[in-house]
Amino acid sequence: MAYDKFEILKSSAVPLPIENVDTDQIIPARFLKATERKGFGDNLFRDWRYNSDDSPKEQFVLNNPIYSGKILVGGKNFGSGSSREHAAWAVYDYGFRCVVSSFFADIFRNNCLNVGVLPVQVSPEFLDKIFTAIEADPNAELEVNLPEQTITILASGAQESFEINGYKKQNMLNGFDDIDFLLNIKDNIEKYAENTPL
Amino acid sequence: MSKTLFDKVWDSHVVQHIENGPDVLFIDRHLVHEVTSPVAFLGLKNRGIKVKYPERTFATADHNTPTLNQHLPVKDPLSANQLKALEENAAAHNIPYWGLGHDKNGIVHVIGPENGITVPGATIVCGDSHTSTHGAFGAIAFGIGTSEVEMVLSTQCIMQPKPKSMRININGTLNKAVTPKDVALFIISKLTTSGATGYFVEYAGDVFKNMSMEGRMTVCNLSIEMGARGGMIAPDETTFEYIKGREYTPKGADWDKAMEYWQTLYTEDGASFDKELTFDASEIEPMITYGTNPGMGMSIQKYIPLAEAVEGGVATYKKSLEYMDFHEGDSMIGKPIDFVFLGSCTNGRIEDFRAFASIVKGKKKADNVTAWLVPGSHRVEEAIKEEGILDILHEAGFELREPGCSACLAMNDDKVPAGKYAVSTSNRNFEGRQGPGARTLLASPLVAAAAAVTGKVTDPRELMEEVLA
Repeated sequence: MAYDKFEILKSSAVPLPIENVDTDQIIPARFLKATERKGFGDNLFRDWRYNSDDSPKEQFVLNNPIYSGKILVGGKNFGSGSSREHAAWAVYDYGFRCVVSSFFADIFRNNCLNVGVLPVQVSPEFLDKIFTAIEADPNAELEVNLPEQTITILASGAQESFEINGYKKQNMLNGFDDIDFLLNIKDNIEKYAENTPL
Repeated sequence: MSKTLFDKVWDSHVVQHIENGPDVLFIDRHLVHEVTSPVAFLGLKNRGIKVKYPERTFATADHNTPTLNQHLPVKDPLSANQLKALEENAAAHNIPYWGLGHDKNGIVHVIGPENGITVPGATIVCGDSHTSTHGAFGAIAFGIGTSEVEMVLSTQCIMQPKPKSMRININGTLNKAVTPKDVALFIISKLTTSGATGYFVEYAGDVFKNMSMEGRMTVCNLSIEMGARGGMIAPDETTFEYIKGREYTPKGADWDKAMEYWQTLYTEDGASFDKELTFDASEIEPMITYGTNPGMGMSIQKYIPLAEAVEGGVATYKKSLEYMDFHEGDSMIGKPIDFVFLGSCTNGRIEDFRAFASIVKGKKKADNVTAWLVPGSHRVEEAIKEEGILDILHEAGFELREPGCSACLAMNDDKVPAGKYAVSTSNRNFEGRQGPGARTLLASPLVAAAAAVTGKVTDPRELMEEVLA
């Protein structure tokens, strides 16, 4: 599915300084019953965000009006567990375009890249700096520059570079997806398949 | 240069390498279920294309199905709609569909091997992280997201950077009451849930050589819980014996030809791994988890570690124990429990039911325990009946439900209520995994059985001694 191009994102950020945030927290399984990709943002972090009577849990960061922005900053090992792409959809649908952490689970990272959410892996030290900056000023802005592969805390100028493979970077910059690429090399695939018995 | 098992299978499936990017990997067999496929089929519809190789694609209903009264219409309209979508998509694209009521229906990772869809040296994917299960046969098998499901449906390929390699060796003999589940929980407790992220694991050594295929499936199934995309074990006589004669495995001359190839699937001497770990089988005891991720496990006789003694953030650790309402230094033995869940793609096979029955035989289910015993497939259900296990279970006060993923992820009605404790043979103890507010203790079928008859966390060895005496 095509998504908006990603170049430079300047935004305040929402801090979630918890480790091992798993995809069951990002979107619990009971909200995976849809047959279309819409409305998942409403249930992002459902059980951390709402009580069982659907009233908001005031202490949860998404319910705290002082925090906002298109960047979610999470603790180490973000997105572990289930392969449900619904987790990345929920992050995107809520309005985030970038997730920052010091470590990502593998499938979640892939899923993000496939739906237009940029996963930015920083060092544990830089992650701490981001959390500290947001703590000092909830409106503190970050700049994520995909062409340059840098992330900057604008108030202090602290900067770190991040990795992304060249192919995925081009896809994100252009809003392309892998299927366009694969459909274009159809002949190679068919040739391979002919020589590969079931 | 000497090659690893993983290299051999991966390299032979690369259709094209992209400079400074991923490999285009050909997928031999694609398993599809109702939850992660509808948006992918919608994508095909929007592009106006059909499934490229329907003969390489297999569909079942498992995640979102009831485990009682499967012959009746599914009550929940959203679930019913999702099942209908898969049935229609399978029909529109000529994919075999083993829906509710079909004799081959069951959990996708149970029925793949049962029907011989899973073979050595194959690449297998499914929109489910526990696809790693199929690595037990020497296949490269891993879970994918829905965008990737769409890729495979439309092109039979996926784009993946080649992961790093890790080998985990365990030699020696396993202790009494130590099952493949305990071996896996032990490894995860050592590596943490992110210790193998970015790696593909090969399991090697006496313990895995001597393990049954079902045991190997349990171990490979849990590879994802240490962050690995998948895990695999070199195929051997145990493997060939298991797959021979199953519906989708090659027959006659094709079998001989396949065997020639399969026998080349092992890691050559001198091949190197990016990381290698070795444990001794004697270190492993029956395991149980006490926290909210599968890495928070320990020997059942030990005490919950102090926050200072664990790796990672103290705040995250304390939050986890608070959710469980456990305390640092607590013993797990004797903690009262409310539910027992035997089933899932991790421990829903016949050997798991045999193990459970061996403990509960001649005893009674504890009054305070609600037990959900859910076979992984109709085939498993049949075997439970044929082997007389059902009689043992009935005699002890247990009921058998119908196949599906059930309380492992609690998408259907099998939800553990908030605050209640469940000893589960499944794979994840995340907050709310088995129902909002539910508290999960992961363990083997033996530990689950011991809890089911005593109503509390109990070392199964105590009950096994009773049997002997």
